[in-house]
Amino acid sequence: MNAIELMNVSKVYRRYSGRHFATLKSALLQRSVLRDLQPSETFPALTDVSFRVPKGSAFGVIGRNGSGKSTALKLVAGITKPTSGAVRVEGRVSALIELGAGFHPEISGRENVFINGIMLGLSKREVQDRFDEIVDFAELREFIDAPVKTYSSGMYVRLGFAVAIHVKPDVLLVDEVLAVGDEGFTHKCLDKFSEFRRRGKTILLVTHSLQLVETLCDEAVWLDGGRVQTNGDPKRVTGAYLTAVEQGEQTLMAETTAKAVEAEAKAVPAAADEPADMFKSTEGRWGSREVEISEVALLDRKGEASFVFHSGDPMTVRIKVRAHHPTDDFVFGIGLFNADGVCCYGTNTYVEEMKPERLSGDGEARFAVDSLDLVEGTYKLDVAVHKKDGFPYDYHRLLYTFRVKSRQRDVGIYRPHHRWTFSSGIQFKAS
Amino acid sequence: MFANLRNLIRYRGLIQSLVARELKARYRGSVLGFFWSFVNPLLVLLVYSFVFTFVMPNKSEGLQPYALFMFCGILPWTWFSASLSEAAGSLISGGNLIKKVLFPAEVLPMVAVLANMVNFLLGLLILIPGLIYYHRLQMTPALLWFPVTVLVQLVFSAGLALVLASLTVHFRDIRDLLANILMLWFFATPIIYSWRQENVQRFKTLFDLNPFTHLAIAYQEILFFGPVGHWKWLLALGAGSVLLFLAGYWLFDRLRDSFAEAV
Repeated sequence: MNAIELMNVSKVYRRYSGRHFATLKSALLQRSVLRDLQPSETFPALTDVSFRVPKGSAFGVIGRNGSGKSTALKLVAGITKPTSGAVRVEGRVSALIELGAGFHPEISGRENVFINGIMLGLSKREVQDRFDEIVDFAELREFIDAPVKTYSSGMYVRLGFAVAIHVKPDVLLVDEVLAVGDEGFTHKCLDKFSEFRRRGKTILLVTHSLQLVETLCDEAVWLDGGRVQTNGDPKRVTGAYLTAVEQGEQTLMAETTAKAVEAEAKAVPAAADEPADMFKSTEGRWGSREVEISEVALLDRKGEASFVFHSGDPMTVRIKVRAHHPTDDFVFGIGLFNADGVCCYGTNTYVEEMKPERLSGDGEARFAVDSLDLVEGTYKLDVAVHKKDGFPYDYHRLLYTFRVKSRQRDVGIYRPHHRWTFSSGIQFKAS
Repeated sequence: MFANLRNLIRYRGLIQSLVARELKARYRGSVLGFFWSFVNPLLVLLVYSFVFTFVMPNKSEGLQPYALFMFCGILPWTWFSASLSEAAGSLISGGNLIKKVLFPAEVLPMVAVLANMVNFLLGLLILIPGLIYYHRLQMTPALLWFPVTVLVQLVFSAGLALVLASLTVHFRDIRDLLANILMLWFFATPIIYSWRQENVQRFKTLFDLNPFTHLAIAYQEILFFGPVGHWKWLLALGAGSVLLFLAGYWLFDRLRDSFAEAV
């Protein structure tokens, strides 16, 4: 039995461009009332979207900003109608889209609870019966008779949430409302959701928190550009979504890097005009170019160029060089910086006591990291070839950007390999 | 459409509580609070009394006291004009409800009309003692026409309110335009002058075209003059108002889906 069914639903928003200056007068004079009410431009928010939410399940909707998630929710709530296709919802719906949307600031919390409850479809009697429960849930007993305009935004949202959830809907629609409210209240909401599911009610959850989708939802759908990309098992769907996000970042970083390298390549290769402050993290390229770095690539596990790595992945920096004259005085160097410009690591072949013997023609150097033990963030890379005394042949300063992703929310720069062990008195729940 | 119209009856609990909220919220934070509903018409009555007794006295036979005569028309007019200007903006100011909550939008213009009706009825509590004091109000069965007149005005205002509310969403200019039209309409209606005057009678056909003329006359006859001779016009207006209401509701219903996007 499905609680929610979307069948080939499309929603086209109309944009009335040029309507800003159109007035009633001009519309009447030019008899263009009907024409002006026609859309001049349309924007497809959802295209041919279908999914089913079985009764008693929790269903997650994920996707980037502007992917049509909220539109889908509004369609299910019945606030807007689909342009084509059909939306079917069984039972009473309560939408946590904007909490306390109907509150009137001048009147008391008590009166607002009643009016909000009635707006959400309860009778006065039903609100009366649930009033204490609502106030206790919102933790606002001592303020309930104060006008709502004196409430903090957190109190406002709590009261809105409390009313909406006590409507006792069969289908609960949640749009990113857990982002507000403090930690304690968020937990309370999550508990309420779990209780909901135990009672066989249906939840449709729109969120950016993939973790929430994985823990709470039975199924999920990923929308992108108003179309269903994939749906089904939440782990699989969030995985697919994350991969796509990484690919997007990948493209973006490839572009950034290409631009930076190109810009520096155009600059006249002046001899050894290195910046006064070597530790100032500005991008640039300098050196005599007797030995030239022709290409730098970051390779992933499969040996393919990449810009996004997971913490703990192997990474190889491949440096292609061309020596215009054979030389026996050369050092390869690498520097790794985080987004704040802090040097995370730096090394070169000289400090690692490798004795240069000969470099001529085209060559390739690889700097392989077995495990990229960095926390999540954006990092930049220095790549250089210079003489033993530091005279630069070709110095690429912070030209290469890559991103390290991690599911873990640890902080700092370096993530050492680690594990926790506990004596028998300390126990954690198995996850 | 008729299914939706039936819903309007189902929403009466919601309308009721919103009207109550409107009235409560209006004077919240003021010292006199709810008494403003009485004080406002009283002050208006005093101003008009002063102007038409001392500044430009009107000594017309049968219209004395003149301020009281005018007040019989001004009170329903205030209900009418305030209803329309509030209703015109009601969907826009209630945009949050329409966009974020599944909410029957037609409730909003209805609340504007009904909240002002309550104010009108409260204003009567100022007017009626005055009428009794000057022996203008006659306790005859003709008074039964009073609720009929109020009902006609209610339906008429509600119909116009629906039209204005739905169109204002698309043409915001209506709100500004409306203020001026209402001003013109006020002076084009025999409220601060009597329709029995000779120079008014000359334009009788034009005045007859103005629906509010018949309401104003009905109020004046019931409350001030006594015998009700205008009931045919009143009933005709009543029938017209029902049609207007249905047409207004039809328009509102047709534009309903555009509200959530255009507000």
